[in-house]
Amino acid sequence: MTILLFTVLTLCALGILAAVVLYFVAQKFKVEEDPRIDEVEKMLPCANCGGCGFAGCRNMAEALVKRDDISELYCPAAGAEVMKCIADFLGKAAPVKEPRVATVRCGGTCEKRPRTNAFDGAKSCAVASSLYAGETGCAYGCLGYGDCVTACKFDAIHINPATGLAEVDAEKCTSCGACVTACPKGIIELRKKWPKQRAIFVSCVSKDKGAVVMKACKAGCIGCGKCAKVCEFGAITVENNVAYIDSDKCRLCRKCVNECPTGSITMIGLAPLPKEPKVAPAPKTEAPKAEPKAEVAPATEKLEK
Amino acid sequence: MSIINFQLSIKMMKTFPIGGIHPSDNKKWSKGSAIEVMALPDVVTIPLGQHIGAPAVAKVAKGDKVLTGQLIGEAASFMSANIHSPISGTVTAVDMQPNGQGLRQMMITIKREGDEWVESIDRSEELVKECTLEPQEIIERIKAAGIVGMGGATFPTHVKLSVPPGKKAEVLIINGVECEPYLTSDYRTMLEYGERMVVGVKILKRALGVEKAYIGVENNKPDAIKHLKALVAGEQGIEVVALKTQYPQGGEKQLIAAVTGREVPPPPGLPIDVGAVVCNASTTVAVYDAVQKNKPLIERVVTVTGKQVASPKNLLTRMGTPITSLVEMAGGLPEGDVKVLNGGPMMGRAMVNLASPVTKGCSGITILSGAEASRSAASACIKCAKCVSACPMALEPYYLSKLSRKGAWDVVEAHNITDCIECGSCQYTCPASLPLLDYIRLGKQTVMGRIRARAAAKK
Repeated sequence: MTILLFTVLTLCALGILAAVVLYFVAQKFKVEEDPRIDEVEKMLPCANCGGCGFAGCRNMAEALVKRDDISELYCPAAGAEVMKCIADFLGKAAPVKEPRVATVRCGGTCEKRPRTNAFDGAKSCAVASSLYAGETGCAYGCLGYGDCVTACKFDAIHINPATGLAEVDAEKCTSCGACVTACPKGIIELRKKWPKQRAIFVSCVSKDKGAVVMKACKAGCIGCGKCAKVCEFGAITVENNVAYIDSDKCRLCRKCVNECPTGSITMIGLAPLPKEPKVAPAPKTEAPKAEPKAEVAPATEKLEK
Repeated sequence: MSIINFQLSIKMMKTFPIGGIHPSDNKKWSKGSAIEVMALPDVVTIPLGQHIGAPAVAKVAKGDKVLTGQLIGEAASFMSANIHSPISGTVTAVDMQPNGQGLRQMMITIKREGDEWVESIDRSEELVKECTLEPQEIIERIKAAGIVGMGGATFPTHVKLSVPPGKKAEVLIINGVECEPYLTSDYRTMLEYGERMVVGVKILKRALGVEKAYIGVENNKPDAIKHLKALVAGEQGIEVVALKTQYPQGGEKQLIAAVTGREVPPPPGLPIDVGAVVCNASTTVAVYDAVQKNKPLIERVVTVTGKQVASPKNLLTRMGTPITSLVEMAGGLPEGDVKVLNGGPMMGRAMVNLASPVTKGCSGITILSGAEASRSAASACIKCAKCVSACPMALEPYYLSKLSRKGAWDVVEAHNITDCIECGSCQYTCPASLPLLDYIRLGKQTVMGRIRARAAAKK
């Protein structure tokens, strides 16, 4: 009994002694940290995607708290609303950025871009593109092994087995840009996000000359420049045999779509313009992906908002 | 008694000490076919970048008339090589054309008209043994002829021979190993052009100022060893070294280790740091042609081989000849799915465009059937370390592969991924059929890019 009592008391004394030592050590070596950093970190998505340019959400939170001017700091995954909450919480001016969405600029589906060989190596776009042009005649198109899918932390991009192309789920996409970096072909671009997921873009990045493109892929841009001529907003440029639509200048007027001879300008969430002059039904070059009730040709100003 | 002696001699035979594998050499298909001269191609396409270093600068434009052996591309820097027209005719285009991998590259297209050579080239068959040129003149001639390593690495030969100040060449090693399975172009060259090669060795010795030259040949080519031994019998300071067959003995560092027992330090260490200069057998013949006959590098021996190939051949081909015509000479592509490799099965690159041309580094075309070429399904790494034992550069392939896959570039750099010679021994030996080299090669390329970027940023 005495042994037991002695043991308990000794242990208690040791415990108290250790607690006292630890208390003073903790006081002496205390790290002062702004408690707001923890709060801000909790508000951020905690996905550590790197979309802000920092290694993780903690670093971003620190930067947000410590810097006076936070206009350059923006979490694409959280979006404008959350950034505003954080800015209000910190009493700083909220950073404003237009919402963006990752866009896969390749329309070379299995059907339009036939396979010419089979790749037997490691199923990775980076590996395949370091070795050769790819399984099709086009050296610029989507390889379809899904490096972007692996890179995405938000489950927003997938390879469609029917087309063999990467497809973005605009609802889930946070425009963090991980897929843009992962794609060795540089096909994915962050473009302006319109309401109702509307978009118009050139779904081709091939720098090959027209004849070569046509041989390899039926959906490729041949760089004819017809679209650039018809664009009233100067949004389209043709360089290195490929057209590019600047999403910040484009007003979704859709005139370019009708001009394109290969149908490489992809339209999402919009009905095509009727072809002039007086062609009764809408052109059947590409089935409109929008539901029939999608408003036809709303005023561009309205959309811009 | 003689059997015991033979076994002893094999046991004592030299080879490199670290790693290595023993794939079936498959040289039987084409080793018996004597070198045949290919008919002149009607159209050739000549890539401006067919060597390590900066691509050459085109010296001709569309519409120009060129003669066989005329300079059409000039070396862009010290680390580059001249390019000459392999035929006479008219330049029809200087533009981007797809290479064997389907990637576009600057090429000169020439349509043939007759076969008129530049006058200064000596086309006689006579063997010129005497060479009294100064070392610098020899190197100048080699540089002018646009000679690069013809074993596949295509390193400009004049750069190799220009020993940097403060370093000294002690031995010259001629690489007649040809360890790559299937290929027999160096083997046939040694057998049929042996006399020219031996003169080439003497020229290279003179250029480097070395006393000793070794010709390394693996013991799976006994007749080549015998033939060369007979040729160098009266020569001072040239020795034929029979090596125990082991892949990748033809690697520069492996060959130096096998012949001299010296180990080349890791990058940026070079063979010259241990006093060795290595030159391929076919390149040595080209050196003879360039120095003694003033003939630039416009043709080479290419093996076209494979189990299914109707008549495997060794063809003396002008550069720029489309691969398709070589394949047709050998009886065309076999039925069904095939894999056509530029090079052998270990280090060759699969081709998607057979209209692409023969280049200076193309030692063979290997044609495998789909069944021969397809890989087994990969399973998980069981950490058996077979790849580690097989790696001739003493690296850890399983680790480098995994980390390259994860994009840990700093770590793979610290683990010397740039040492990798891409021989494929790791992948060959892997019981889980993992695509080890695929990822290591990606990692190596990325790390090299990062090193270059850092160097550029420093400047």
